[in-house]
Amino acid sequence: MSMMASVLQPMLALGTLELLSPWPPGWGGNLLRGLAHSLEIAVGAYAIGLVLGTLGASAKLYGGPVARDIAETYTTIVRAVPELVLILLLYYSGTSLINDILASFGREPIDISGLAAGIGVLGIVQGAYHTEVLRGAILSLPPGQIEAAKAYGMSPWQTLRRITLPGMLPYALPGLSNLWLVVTKDTALLAVVGFNELTLETRQAAGTTKAYFTFFMAAGALYLTVTLLSNLVLSRIEIRAARGLPKVA
Amino acid sequence: MGAPNGTDAISWRSAHRVLFLFFLGMFAFYAITKMRWDWLPDYGWLAVQGIWRTIWVLVLSVTFGFALAIPIGLVQVTGPRWLSWPAKLFCTLIRGTPLLLQLWLLYYGLGSLFPQIPWLRDSWMWPFLRQAWPYGLLALTLSFAGYEAEVMRGAFAGTPRGQLEAGRAFGMSPSKLFWRIWLPQAVQRALPTLGGETVLQLKATPLVATITMLDIYSVSSKVRQDTLLVYEPLLLLALVYLVLTGIIVWAFKRLESRLPVKAG
Repeated sequence: MSMMASVLQPMLALGTLELLSPWPPGWGGNLLRGLAHSLEIAVGAYAIGLVLGTLGASAKLYGGPVARDIAETYTTIVRAVPELVLILLLYYSGTSLINDILASFGREPIDISGLAAGIGVLGIVQGAYHTEVLRGAILSLPPGQIEAAKAYGMSPWQTLRRITLPGMLPYALPGLSNLWLVVTKDTALLAVVGFNELTLETRQAAGTTKAYFTFFMAAGALYLTVTLLSNLVLSRIEIRAARGLPKVA
Repeated sequence: MGAPNGTDAISWRSAHRVLFLFFLGMFAFYAITKMRWDWLPDYGWLAVQGIWRTIWVLVLSVTFGFALAIPIGLVQVTGPRWLSWPAKLFCTLIRGTPLLLQLWLLYYGLGSLFPQIPWLRDSWMWPFLRQAWPYGLLALTLSFAGYEAEVMRGAFAGTPRGQLEAGRAFGMSPSKLFWRIWLPQAVQRALPTLGGETVLQLKATPLVATITMLDIYSVSSKVRQDTLLVYEPLLLLALVYLVLTGIIVWAFKRLESRLPVKAG
C-alpha cells in the first residue's frame, strides 16, 4: 500500500494532465513535435530502403557476379553490425565524405541536417532488409508465369510491371509491413546522436520535470498508437493483395 | 570448342572473387598502415572487459528471456483467457514500443522511484539497484521474451495434434506430455528463428551504453572521446560485432545439425 502511495503521490501532485497538455507549460506539444519528426524520418527511410532493396534484390537475382557480391557484402554487413554503430559510422563518415567531395569541386562545406542524415542512415539500414524481403518474394513467384510472359512476347519492362510486381506483392507485403513497424521504432536510435525525435524529446521533458514515468508512458502510448494503427491499415492491404491467392490451410 | 560452360563460369567467378579479395586486402592494408592504432595497447584490457560485458549481458538476457517466453507463448495457445490476455498484452507492449524507450523507462523511471521507498533502501537489494546493469539486463530480457514468446506461440500452435493425442493415449500426464513431447518439438521448430533473434539481440546490446553500462560499444565511445579518432574505434567495433555475429550463426548451425532433421 505504501508503495502504491509513493508511486501515485508525485504523479498527482504534479498534475499529469497539465504536464502532458500540448500548450506550455505542458510538454505535450514537444512530444507531438517529436512524433512528427519520428514519422518524417520513418517515411523517408522506408522510401530509401525500398529503392535500395529493389536495387539489391535485382542485383542478387539478375545481376552479374560482381553486382551479386556487392549486394551480398552490403546485406551481410548491415545485418550483422548494430544499427547504433552503423548510424555513428555513416553519420560521421557520410557527412565528411560529402564535404570532401564538395571541397574537391571547390565548394564550401555544407552543414548536413540531422534530419537528412537520419533519413539517409536508417534508409541504408532498411535497404538491406528490404533486399532480403523482396528477393524472397520474387523467388516465390512461380517461374512458369515469367516464362509465359516471355512466350507472349512481353518486354522485360512489361513483364516486371504486369507479372512480377503484382505477382510478388502478396508474398512481399507481410515482410514489408514488418519493416515499416521496425523503422518506426528504429527512429528512436537517432536520439543517441542527438536528433530531437520522440524519444529524445521525451527524455528532455522527463529530465526537466522529473516526471519520468508520466512522459515515458506517454511516449510509449504514442509509439503503440502508431504501431496499432499501422497494423490495422497494413492487414487490410495484405488481405486485399492476397485476394487472388488460394487460401492456406 | 573450348572449356565446358561450367568450368568457364567458375573461373570467371573466381577471377572476380580474387579481385574482390584484393580490394579488401588493399583496404585492410590502408587501414593498418595509414590509420592510427597506437591507442590500442592502452585500451586493450578495457576492450576485453567490454567484450566480456557484451557477451555476458547477451547470454543472460537470451537465457532468461527464452525461459520467460516459453510460458508466455504457451498460455496464448492453451491457457485460460485471464492468462492469455495479459500475455498477449505484454507481447504487444514490448513489440510496439522502441527498446530504447523501455530501457530508459526502467532506468530513469524505476531509478527515480526506488529511492523514495524507505524499506528498499535498507534492504540487501539496494547496492544492486543503484547500479545500471540490473535495469539493462531486465530491459533486454523482457524485450527478448516479448519477441520470442511470439515465436514460441507459433511453435506450440504448429506442433501436430496427432503427437499430443498419441501422448495422451499413452496415458501421459499433462506435465509429462509438455516436457517430453510438446516443448522439445516446439523448441526444434523455433530453433532457426532463435538464431536470428539472438543476432538481433546482440545488435540491441549497445543500447545499454546509454545508461552507463560499460559494454564494448561504450569502450569504443570512450576511445573516441579520449583520442578524438572517429573511424578507427568504430571500424574495430564493427569488426567485433561481425565476429560475434559469425560465432552466433555458426553455433546455431551446429546446434541445428545435431538435432534429428525430421520433425512431426
